[in-house]
Amino acid sequence: MLLTITTTLDQATDLGFLLHKHPDRVHRFEQSSGTAHVFYPDADERRCTAALLLDVDPVKLVRTRGKGTPDFSLGQYVNDRPYAASSLLASAMANVFRTAMRGRCAARPELARTPIPLEIVLPALPCRGGPGQAERFFGPLGWEVSAVPVPLDPEHGEWGDSRYVTLTLTGEVRLTDALNQLYVLLPVLDDAKHYWVASDEVDKLIRAGEGWLAAHPDRAAITRRYLANRRALVRAALGRLADADGAPEDALDPVEIDEELAAESPEESTQESPAETAVPLSERRALSVLAALREENARRVIDLGCGSGKLLARLLRDEFFSEISGADVSHRALGHARRRVRFDERREGSRVRDVFQGALTYADERFRGYEAAVLMEVVEHVDPPRLGAVERVVFGHAAPRVVVVTTPNAEHNVRYEGLAPGAMRHPDHRFEWTRAEFREWADRVAAAHGYRVRHVPVGDDDPEVGAPTQMGVFTR
Amino acid sequence: MTDDTRDHDRTVIRLPEMGLVVLVGVSGSGKSHFARKHFAPTQVVSSDACRAMVSGDENDQSATADAFDLLHYIVGKRLRRGLLTVVDATNVQSRARQSLLQLAKAHDVLTAAIVLDVPEHVAVERNAARPDRDLPEHVVPRQRRELRRGLRSLGREFRRVRVLTGTEEIDAATIRYDRSWNDRRDLTGPFDVVGDVHGCRAELEDLLSGLGYEIVRDASGRAVDANHPGGRTVLFVGDLVDRGPDSPGVLRLAMGMVASGNALCVSGNHEAKLVRALRGRKVRVAHGLAESLEQLAAEPEEFRADALRFMDGLISHYVLDEGRLVVAHAGLKEDYHGRASGRVRSFALYGDTTGETDEYGLPVRYPWARDYRGKATVVYGHTPVPEPEWVNNTICLDTGVVFGGKLTALRYPERELVSVPAREVWYEPVRPLDAPASAGSVAGGHRESDVLRIEDVMDNSGVETRLMGRVTVREENALAALEVMSRFAVDPRWLVYLPPTMSPAATSALPGYLEHPAEALAAYRDRGVARVVCEEKHMGSRAVAVVCRDEAVAAARFGVDDGTTGALFTRTGRAFFRDPDRTREVLDRVRAAIGAAGLWDELDTGWLVLDCELLPWSAKAMDLIRTQYAATGAAARAALPMASGALARAQARGLDLGGLREHVDRRAANAARFRDAYARYCWPVDGLDGLRLAPFQVLAGDGTAWAAARDHDWHLDIAGRLADADPGGLIRRTGSMVADLADAASEEAVTGWWEGLTASGGEGMVVKPLGPLPEGTKVQPGVKCRGREYLRIIYGPDYTEPEHLDRLRGRSLGRKRSLAMREHALGLEALDRLAAGEPVWRVHQAVFAVLALESEPVDPRL
Repeated sequence: MLLTITTTLDQATDLGFLLHKHPDRVHRFEQSSGTAHVFYPDADERRCTAALLLDVDPVKLVRTRGKGTPDFSLGQYVNDRPYAASSLLASAMANVFRTAMRGRCAARPELARTPIPLEIVLPALPCRGGPGQAERFFGPLGWEVSAVPVPLDPEHGEWGDSRYVTLTLTGEVRLTDALNQLYVLLPVLDDAKHYWVASDEVDKLIRAGEGWLAAHPDRAAITRRYLANRRALVRAALGRLADADGAPEDALDPVEIDEELAAESPEESTQESPAETAVPLSERRALSVLAALREENARRVIDLGCGSGKLLARLLRDEFFSEISGADVSHRALGHARRRVRFDERREGSRVRDVFQGALTYADERFRGYEAAVLMEVVEHVDPPRLGAVERVVFGHAAPRVVVVTTPNAEHNVRYEGLAPGAMRHPDHRFEWTRAEFREWADRVAAAHGYRVRHVPVGDDDPEVGAPTQMGVFTR
Repeated sequence: MTDDTRDHDRTVIRLPEMGLVVLVGVSGSGKSHFARKHFAPTQVVSSDACRAMVSGDENDQSATADAFDLLHYIVGKRLRRGLLTVVDATNVQSRARQSLLQLAKAHDVLTAAIVLDVPEHVAVERNAARPDRDLPEHVVPRQRRELRRGLRSLGREFRRVRVLTGTEEIDAATIRYDRSWNDRRDLTGPFDVVGDVHGCRAELEDLLSGLGYEIVRDASGRAVDANHPGGRTVLFVGDLVDRGPDSPGVLRLAMGMVASGNALCVSGNHEAKLVRALRGRKVRVAHGLAESLEQLAAEPEEFRADALRFMDGLISHYVLDEGRLVVAHAGLKEDYHGRASGRVRSFALYGDTTGETDEYGLPVRYPWARDYRGKATVVYGHTPVPEPEWVNNTICLDTGVVFGGKLTALRYPERELVSVPAREVWYEPVRPLDAPASAGSVAGGHRESDVLRIEDVMDNSGVETRLMGRVTVREENALAALEVMSRFAVDPRWLVYLPPTMSPAATSALPGYLEHPAEALAAYRDRGVARVVCEEKHMGSRAVAVVCRDEAVAAARFGVDDGTTGALFTRTGRAFFRDPDRTREVLDRVRAAIGAAGLWDELDTGWLVLDCELLPWSAKAMDLIRTQYAATGAAARAALPMASGALARAQARGLDLGGLREHVDRRAANAARFRDAYARYCWPVDGLDGLRLAPFQVLAGDGTAWAAARDHDWHLDIAGRLADADPGGLIRRTGSMVADLADAASEEAVTGWWEGLTASGGEGMVVKPLGPLPEGTKVQPGVKCRGREYLRIIYGPDYTEPEHLDRLRGRSLGRKRSLAMREHALGLEALDRLAAGEPVWRVHQAVFAVLALESEPVDPRL
């Protein structure tokens, strides 16, 4: 992977002083990921280009990888890291140009403090969100940005463009700022870091962002991506940026990062009306489920498909419910759920009976013995041919007195901006039902297993396309 | 109640072979001595020993409550497992006995009490002789009083009671075990199990004659016995009587057969009720009882008495053939097999009902068979069905002959069904025989549910395989598999197999190669294998195809009646195509090819499971190609030429780059080869156009797991015939070559073939042994040997550079080989179970275990 920095300054070879790398020599630095080379393809008075070439050793990269590395592509030998400009290149920059990034230059102190004409080229920059993202992040910093997409495969034009751009930045910028901006924004554009984000990342970000990040209109997005969406770290960083700016904290983007639902979820990102903003749909859904359970006087409840335990926590906060359990098929989600309800610290007499791994396609004695089962936004994650098995397990085998089922109303999807026509709200949804389809399913299931069902819209009931969520309350 | 009184030999104590034996006696009466003398140490659970275990001191009275908790726990576990258990505690108090009796009741076992009644002074002296035991003086007299009081009620509490009075009688006692009445494990058949007859004597005679029995008649021509020249035995599932035209005639024949040892008979609910009616008890005369009473009234008194005695003596179920067969009128869940109690009898006679009634007012039966997981085949009647069907190794033979259906017998162990039609509708059914709930049933078909039980797959004791014994699955792997299985896999009734992983050959030392045929062939030669077959390895996606001849076969054999006739799924059990229509199109073509090749008849089956590769790779893996392979190629193509250009300029300035430029140019060339490597496996597909299915093994069909039964050259021959029989060109041939491992020329030929294959872009080959495997050595079922260029998409574009290759050669294959063997054993086990017609949960267990093992951490590039 390659980075070139060109200046057309008078006495252009002064770039060598600023970078602390002599233009007539070839510099070599061992890195944990391979070898970094600095050399000058051009070096005369009018134009001087420094090139940083990081020769990534893919075998070494795999061997040195720690357990639980977040970037999965590193787990394999086939990945773009040897060629693309990513956080590996940013780390190499930080090592190789450490002094320059601090803005120090004993030989040309004045020059280090002065914006100089620069052209920076990154031939293969992974750019999540498309070329526009590069403009969005670099543009406000005074760069003229050219981001040319790289085709995925020249012989397969139909495959379209890759996620890489050839990025050229041109502008009059202090070299130290240029380096720091690259250091922060390369991994931000890649949106994947090669090492675990630890709390000292906040310090690194604050240091590298000095003088430009606090004023950047997209500082929140940059911070979030740089810190790999780790909520606590993002809060700390945004707080410190606010301090740095002298602005009150709440003046900053108050975006709430949801750990489990991607921010792209149309339900959360689309604001239908001012009323809708106040209470998000997920909240209204939970409230509707709780209300239905109360109405049916069901105090002993199992949440089938409890995910990370949000509903469990709500049930636990409400003294009405005397016995609460959750089951999910995802081991990872259950970890969250257990922490959320403090399952491992529960005492005798706790209202939490069990939080366990189970699958709705397998009959399970542990599902039995409750007054109510909740399947909140669960059925749409089941392949249609397997739905019958879920019905038999829930309504036939577990067979509680009350079953509450919620699922998206597909008709409502047209109200979500940014959701392509016919697209579904979540990549794992196997189907989304119209109101008629849900009603037909619910009536059939109820009849087959001796239940009655009533239908309740959840969210604002749109006269044309109905409420965003539909709920069926089955009783017997 | 107590039959020991009839025993004239006063020294013999008769005990059930299985059940709870409670010793009763005061401290010092010699219970422990008695227990040691007559029972194995593991059969005896002693309160003193439990007290010692929980407190460290067997005389610590403060530990009594905990000690008895432990004692009851152990007794419960033993009784659940069906073991004779002797409790050595004083048991003089009724309360102490009650808790033990409850345990026996909970596990439906027989109970016996042995009372050791010694004179007070003997007990006192014995206690005094034991320095560790410091009993207060009043204890023994108090215990004796309690014992005396209790003796009167013991007879009501226990099924058998034996009181041994005085040391002499105690010392002289010997034990004899009685086999349980229902225990006929000694009878191994062959049997003909006959369903509910309900007074249809003519049809019964028809059936027995059809089965080859010779009917014996009395002077008046009435059938009084039947015997089979082949020594077969009839098992009647009960309900001989009521509703039909000639209940006395059926009884006469059955009684004769039972008396002569030609038949066994269990009681049905109709016999039980008829017995009560004949005894003059008040019963509701309905459901055809009136007919029986009327017909019996016409018989002589002597016959009525015999019939009453016969029916009254019928027991509720039999365990036969070394525990492999259970016969009960209404079926029997596994916990009750071989047990004896009121509720066992009630279950066997009446079944387990949910307490609800259906639209015809008949009781809704608890579907115990659906949950049945036992090893024994359970054969029963009681509920009329249009056709007898297998449900988890159980089958109901009541085909409603009296309602105009038919009378059915199951030949065992052949498992063949034989029926004769009703001569007429003798009795109008309350519910139509062919009610829609059971429509579409096929005689001998498998009525399987797509709902399995969590215990089926989360049983941490592993899966027993014929090939490797028990293969264990760790819980974390099972949990991972549960997630994948439930979120992505197809219906378990179709998911009858998952392909095992395969290890590569040992790493090659040849310059430029990581894998080479030399090692693959040597691996088998060194194990003593003489011949191998080398199969072309297609680079696509693994696909398992389950193909039924038609919908009827799908319904009868797989229990799937939604119109689908098979499945096509990936190595993790997902449907290969999201669009069911595409699946159907592919299956239609395969089905047509199987038919055109004549394989349905040749392999004598209505369904086949095929192991295949589906091409192109891009058909399934386009997302992966786009995000990982093509993306890597694109980044390289953008970055490396620019780097090369910068280096060229630097070199032109006279800088010494120390070979860096050549290095970058080599990487650029490798990246181009990498791009070519993946691009060969991508081509456009439109519907079936462009799609290729390459079968290479016939996994199983009806009755035979072909994967284990035939060598790979046979499989490739069949696969070739399928390709020939498919004019549309969907089915593709798999190239192969047989190598004689003793012949250097043969090895050379194979190596040349492999080089040609891989040079033209082939993935490589798979080497599999031919002929019987050498005994006593573990031989991999196959090893793969992948081509040099192909491996770039596995190990990265630059893996051929000497510095990388040397490091990669350090790869370790041990885990992969072990995994391949275990998954192979599980895969064959799944196929064996499938071919043998075992219930779907048994097949699923092995399939699930393959998926679970796949979540073990093993280098994914191997």
